[in-house]
Amino acid sequence: MLGDDGAGESSHAAVRLRGITKRFGAVLANDDVDLDIPAGTVHGIVGENGAGKSTLASIVYGLHAPDGGSIEIAGRPAVLRSPGDAIALGVGMVHQHFMLIPTFTVLENVVLGIEGSFRLRSGEADNRARLKDLSLAHGLEIDPDALVDDLPVGLRQRVEILKALFRGTRILILDEPTGVLTPDETDRLFANLRAVCDAGGTVVLITHKLREVMAVCDSVSIMRHGRLVGSRKTSETTPGELAELMVGRKIGQAVRMSESSVRSPVLRVEGLTWRSPGGAPGLQNVSLELRAGEILGVAGVSGNGQSELLDVLSGLSGVQEGHIEFAGRRIDRASPATPAGMRALGLTHVPEDRHRRGLVLPFEARENAVLGRPECAGPGLWTSGTAMQAQAERLIARFDIRPPEPRLPATAFSGGNQQKIVLAREFESEPVVLLLGQPTRGVDIGTVEIVHSRVMALKERGTGILLVSTELDEILALADRIMVMSGGRVVGTVPAADATVRQLGLMMTGAGEGAGA
Amino acid sequence: MTNLPRWFDIGVLPLVNLALALLATAVVVALVGEDPLEVLAVLLQGAFAPSSLGYTLYYATNFIFTGLAAAIAFQARLFNIGAEGQALLGGLGVALACLSLETALPGLIVTLVAIAGAASFGAAWAAVPGWLQAYRGSHVVITTIMFNFLASGLMVWLLSGPIMRAGQGSPQTRLFGETVRLPALHDIAHTLGFEVARSPLNLSFVFALLASTAVWVLIWRTKFGYALRAIGHGEEAARYAGIPVRRVVVAVMAISGALAGCMALNEVLGAQHKLVLNFSAGYGFTGIAVALMGRNHPLGILAAGLLFGALFQGGAELNFEFETITHELTLVMQGLVILFSGALAYMFTPWLARLLLTQRPDHG
Repeated sequence: MLGDDGAGESSHAAVRLRGITKRFGAVLANDDVDLDIPAGTVHGIVGENGAGKSTLASIVYGLHAPDGGSIEIAGRPAVLRSPGDAIALGVGMVHQHFMLIPTFTVLENVVLGIEGSFRLRSGEADNRARLKDLSLAHGLEIDPDALVDDLPVGLRQRVEILKALFRGTRILILDEPTGVLTPDETDRLFANLRAVCDAGGTVVLITHKLREVMAVCDSVSIMRHGRLVGSRKTSETTPGELAELMVGRKIGQAVRMSESSVRSPVLRVEGLTWRSPGGAPGLQNVSLELRAGEILGVAGVSGNGQSELLDVLSGLSGVQEGHIEFAGRRIDRASPATPAGMRALGLTHVPEDRHRRGLVLPFEARENAVLGRPECAGPGLWTSGTAMQAQAERLIARFDIRPPEPRLPATAFSGGNQQKIVLAREFESEPVVLLLGQPTRGVDIGTVEIVHSRVMALKERGTGILLVSTELDEILALADRIMVMSGGRVVGTVPAADATVRQLGLMMTGAGEGAGA
Repeated sequence: MTNLPRWFDIGVLPLVNLALALLATAVVVALVGEDPLEVLAVLLQGAFAPSSLGYTLYYATNFIFTGLAAAIAFQARLFNIGAEGQALLGGLGVALACLSLETALPGLIVTLVAIAGAASFGAAWAAVPGWLQAYRGSHVVITTIMFNFLASGLMVWLLSGPIMRAGQGSPQTRLFGETVRLPALHDIAHTLGFEVARSPLNLSFVFALLASTAVWVLIWRTKFGYALRAIGHGEEAARYAGIPVRRVVVAVMAISGALAGCMALNEVLGAQHKLVLNFSAGYGFTGIAVALMGRNHPLGILAAGLLFGALFQGGAELNFEFETITHELTLVMQGLVILFSGALAYMFTPWLARLLLTQRPDHG
């Protein structure tokens, strides 16, 4: 067996998979996957939603046992019965959703479960010193005594990485790590990943963003329908080729923004302020105007008031100060709105969190097809299976929802198709105003294309769309104007044609200033 | 991991749990020195013989009403532990209607008012905890339990004072008049030309069947049912959809309470014809087990209610037949059934699921 020195390791793969097959019920999540991840590199795994990349990662991390095939870690055959086995072999994983205890400090989170001694204090000095060494070695500076709750998202992710490294991780898997980061934080993350590699580690990056693959990965494997359809060195490929491999066909150019004539305002918000019960800032003096046939993009790092804005506009949260003018109605503290009331006025809402809000997950697709639209569920006070079925079939046809089975529960659909159910439902009534929250989060490239073209078509037909997205690319591709939020305030609004990623990134930190709101 | 087929969850699992409960009971019976098979035979005979079937169905009626009460609340993810108290109040509604109106109005009208009284008193007693949960955040589990105590205390006070039978020392009202009672089924059968054994079984059993149907329709065929299930499976999504969550919660609790209150139709208006202390006798709590075993589905609740009715009646028969099997021991048996089919309902699910999936490797 080879030693632990770098020269020895580079001669074999950090992870070698042969014939990995994993089946969930009727779904073949991984189909005979062979994969070699060279040691000391950043290796990307890309693929559409449901292509099996997360399953593959879970198998390497010991969360799922494969139905067939073999795994070698650092040249030795490995049987992974649990994440504990994987961690013992030096495999670590940073999940999409952080697994941190917010009320613990950074150090407490990092040592959680491996404190070293029964009495915390006796091991603390050692642990502190080790954490410091690790931070320095990988350029991951952090205050070990800061409460995780107080840290911005980018730093929380850093804690997750440190947590993995602290456990002796030499193969670090990151699942969609950049979804919650600003462009600047993303750059810093990539620098950190490079540092991990330079220190002899191997990084596996699971993502659907090709730009990131090109920016940070040495090599990349592409998955489609559970199969590994190709591996490339990033220096020898293009985003176009990768996208084609992912989707299995040529995909069109990003939808071009069409110039729409300036029409009348359909939604006006004046001085909106909303404080959460916990006292967090929420919204501070937000004003905006949305015109018919216009897409107003709301950019910002997640958690800077965008969700609160959607909640207040959709009637889920009451107006505390300021007012909303919509469809001839003035909504303020004295005359509040309800979600049903706003819907009746012609405002629909694609919520940011489709699992908690947009869908009742155990409900059948046809029951979800009428969520928030009782008039489509049946006559009068009754629900009718045929009415719901018809509605579901309309939505399925309109958005090409797969599988086209109205009786399947929402949980049985992939993330992209779940999102299509929500989008189709909210688009179907041709609303005056559409609140569109994170329309393509966790959605595959093929679906993104469909979603964007449908959004543009809806806009063409005169709907005013408020688009909240943490994906700057998406906002830049779709919006006519871009409003940047930070700390619950509107930092500025700029025409999309003039906006640059750099300028917007600066504004998202609350620093920059565009045109007046 | 894997979702089990519906027929398995509804059909096989309860049967397996029941079989295990019977097995555990057999061990207990063997320990006290009786032959389990002989005991089982007596139990079945005692529950289903023509002379005793009426009693079994009479008890089942109580379980069906309280089981439905628990189930409809469960569907909205509300844990109504207060069926016991709501049933007592239902009894009070019946008694007040009968005692105050029976001389003034025709019997049929008084009976209808008494039925409305049972439902509305039960509904009101449950709506208050529902309101407190929806608008003030007091957990419905806590408040319904407390309302059980309040109901119990209220009944003691009323039955030992204001509505106690005059010139009597026991906590009960006087008998209602002959005209204001639900007819016994053996009387109905007699009128129709059949002869069946006398039993306390009365028209309430038919009401229980109707109520089961109505609950099914309400939950799966109305927009209100859609709303309550949406709240049960995803409250945030329900709020997003514009469902008035608070109002629905109060309404569901009221309906649940009305169903529990209707148990009094069977006991008070149908069988005893007077209000006695603690006539609810634990049916309200057992209703939770009935709902669990029936998987919150009216059809399942009918089956589970019948089972518990049989255990009640057959268990009573065991007391007569076997010296060693006392009333307490039959309570142990009922407890075991509740334990296995209620509290431990999903204990064996993972093993059974594995068994099922290995048996069908090529499903899909």
